[in-house]
Amino acid sequence: MADPMKIRATLQGDVADVRVLMAHPMETGQRKDASGNVVPLHFIQTITAQLNGKTVFGADVSQAVSRNPVFAFKVKGAKAGDKVSITWTDNKGEKRTDETAIGAG
Amino acid sequence: MTRYALTRCAVAAFATLAFVPLTLAQTKPPAAKPAAPATAPDPTAAEFDKFREVLEEDNPAELFEAKGKELWFAKRGPNNASLEKCDLGLGPGVVKGAYVRLPRYFADVGKVMDVERRILHCMVTLQGFKMEDLAKQPFSNPNRTPDPVSLVTYVAGQSRGMKIATPMSRPEERETFEIGREIFNYRAGPYDFSCATCHGEDGKRIRTQPLPNLTKPAEAIRAYQGWPGYRMTGGVMHTLQWRMNDCFRQQRFPAPDYASDSITALLAYLAVNANGQVYKGPGIKR
Repeated sequence: MADPMKIRATLQGDVADVRVLMAHPMETGQRKDASGNVVPLHFIQTITAQLNGKTVFGADVSQAVSRNPVFAFKVKGAKAGDKVSITWTDNKGEKRTDETAIGAG
Repeated sequence: MTRYALTRCAVAAFATLAFVPLTLAQTKPPAAKPAAPATAPDPTAAEFDKFREVLEEDNPAELFEAKGKELWFAKRGPNNASLEKCDLGLGPGVVKGAYVRLPRYFADVGKVMDVERRILHCMVTLQGFKMEDLAKQPFSNPNRTPDPVSLVTYVAGQSRGMKIATPMSRPEERETFEIGREIFNYRAGPYDFSCATCHGEDGKRIRTQPLPNLTKPAEAIRAYQGWPGYRMTGGVMHTLQWRMNDCFRQQRFPAPDYASDSITALLAYLAVNANGQVYKGPGIKR
């Protein structure tokens, strides 16, 4: 089971500023471990964000993104207390969803 | 504490590093210099500061804090115990504010301990882990973060925004500080280096990286809050124990023992120098 994400969502006017910190190794498939074996590819492929159940943001991500990545985006028309949920799926089919309520800015 | 005992102690501390014995006279710290006049900030340094600020907004160290918290409360080890009874100096189980008051003297072991050492002590005495196992691979690499590293990050995070107040009231603590100062100023190795060679003067840098003058509070805090820190290169979480170990390597000194008296002494010196400064919490490095 993957470790939880840290999601920060704050309101500025009617725009919510959402920042997500994900715990993921994001292996490029190029790295070798101490004994010289290639560490297999393991990276987040898709990210989707939902605001009150409606998809507002989606991203296809490659192995070029760093370990423990941070994503930030803005959503218009959000209110304090709205639920933001973020889901990522990686190339091993592993999935993780975390949710937070938007805080007043 | 007599002068004799102090010297003997310093020698004992150095013996673990396979150094030749030294006398107090050899390693007198350089006389304090008057503060440099305020100059216009270097534009490159200013850009670096901006970069650091952006990084600090979303520091992956938080992920390790969360992990460390989980480990702190989890029943683990041969004794199936949590660390909730671990005394970090403010009483059993008190984590809030403990980090900024370490290293300190612990009467139960009769020693001054830094945070990582104390956590190791708790893992051994409360949870029943073996010190040999914990010391086998004590430092993080991209494939593995040892549990003590996450625990240190959690404990450090619980002192966010507090003032550094390293105690110096006990003779043992003052002695440890003095030993730390000696090690800091001790020149040796093939490069004839000491910590003070790079960190004892203002305005030094290595490549583009400015080096803090660790003898001054405003700059000692920069090192002190850098670690435990998340290093972007490789994406690893490191503690001050690792930082000290790596400083020894960079000076081409023999590797110090993990969680040894010498490292605690160096950390006590650094912590006392940073006294009065506000601790921002676990850091992030490029």
